[in-house]
Amino acid sequence: MNPFALISRLGAGTLATIEGLGVFVRFVLQLFLLLPKALTRPRLIIDQIHFIGNYSLVIIVVSGLFVGFVLGLQGYYTLNRYGAEQALGLLVALSLVRELGPVVSGLLFAGRAGTSLTAEIGLMKAGEQLTAMEMMAVDPKVRILSPRWIAGLISVPLLAALFSAVGVVGGYLVGVQLIGVDSGAFWSQMQAGVDFRDDILNGVIKSVVFGVAVNAIALYQGYACQPTPEGVSRATTRTVVISSLTILGLDFILTALMFSV
Amino acid sequence: MGFVAELSQVDFGYGDRLILKDISLRIPKGKVVSVMGGSGSGKTTLLRLMCGQYPVNRGAVSVLGQNIVSASTPELYAFRKRIGVLFQFGALFTDLSVFDNVAFPLREHTNLPEAAIRDLVLLKLHAVGLRGAAKLFPSEISGGMSRRVALARAIALDPELIFYDEPFAGLDPISLGITATLIRTLNAALGATSVVVTHDIHESFAISDHVIVIANGSVLAEGSPAEISANTDPYVQQFIKGLPEGPVKFHYPATDLQKDFA
Repeated sequence: MNPFALISRLGAGTLATIEGLGVFVRFVLQLFLLLPKALTRPRLIIDQIHFIGNYSLVIIVVSGLFVGFVLGLQGYYTLNRYGAEQALGLLVALSLVRELGPVVSGLLFAGRAGTSLTAEIGLMKAGEQLTAMEMMAVDPKVRILSPRWIAGLISVPLLAALFSAVGVVGGYLVGVQLIGVDSGAFWSQMQAGVDFRDDILNGVIKSVVFGVAVNAIALYQGYACQPTPEGVSRATTRTVVISSLTILGLDFILTALMFSV
Repeated sequence: MGFVAELSQVDFGYGDRLILKDISLRIPKGKVVSVMGGSGSGKTTLLRLMCGQYPVNRGAVSVLGQNIVSASTPELYAFRKRIGVLFQFGALFTDLSVFDNVAFPLREHTNLPEAAIRDLVLLKLHAVGLRGAAKLFPSEISGGMSRRVALARAIALDPELIFYDEPFAGLDPISLGITATLIRTLNAALGATSVVVTHDIHESFAISDHVIVIANGSVLAEGSPAEISANTDPYVQQFIKGLPEGPVKFHYPATDLQKDFA
């Protein structure tokens, strides 16, 4: 191949990628700017919290419980080698609150709610519902996207908190009830070792950041998709892939920033 | 006679491909106007330009006294409150019931109490014969009924100008007759102007006061249905008689047949 053609294709590809990023960032900024307008219609937001938050409860609670079970088991095996099984509660709680709670619930949210947001908006676009709304002088960004955006931002941190809470119960059930670690040690070590600002607050910040990322990606993919069956299917797949990678990448950066000594 | 919409010397295209070339036309006030032409002639595009959905490449578009080309988003939205658009497949909101679909523009744009909205919605639904279907969802009604619900929604705010995009496409003969009659009667009842984009000769000639024929992105002929029928242009004749051969060829341009099968 002609080397100049190769260079020009590389350049065109880079420009297109940067342009795409620019469009996405502008879209997210618009969502933030529309927040005050959208907050005047709380009923729409509540409906969406019910739809994307409540319906994610089962998957979050069940996953949290099992992750807690596994943490309890694995933690016990390792700590037991050093005779430190008293610290099981602390290990379970820190793992959940700092990492697994925000990350796993973010990933699950992307799979459960992000995909449904993308598909719903993509299909509304394909059925000309968004255009119809514009023709009725109603801005779909205000009427459709904003309530979902706010509902998502509220739901993700709450789901992450629930995930961690249920995970701790899971760890307790396996560690204390099943294996027989001392109940008092389990809870008191946890209470003494988990810092509100360093651990819990940082975990909450993480889940807020992941919530922004997943919801922005899901809404953008739906809003910008090709309004055809293949377009919607591709957008839905992209939501899961991009959200998951973004969560994992952001988690590394945030962890490095928050917990560096 | 006044005009509600005017396009002058408009060019429009997607990318490099020009769909409309130097097109100029006027929509007379209070009439039912059909914009006709074959598939791909640019008639739906024309309707979308008049609603301000796409920006033109060149030329002026003025609808209901609003300059669409230079309109800001708030101006465009204020203008759209005065028009009604019926989409080809209705574009009903599938998560809302028939009642809520028709109530949607009223709830978004007025502060009417719920009781008044209920009365208005039932009146509009009654006008299209679907008051009894108010509680159903779009998935529970037929295509023809969806179109009528969408029509009730389009006229919810009593528009001055109603656009119909292919209102007859895919309808059975009964629904087709009902829709045609509705377009005519609603136009009179609302004192509105209707622009009907269609290629259905029979129904549109029966209800239209004025017909505009578009081919290859420009206006080929316009006048009353009788004048169009009498037009001697070969394309117009081919179009209204539905002839397979004429200026529009049956075959898409291709290389020589001999070459393909050599």
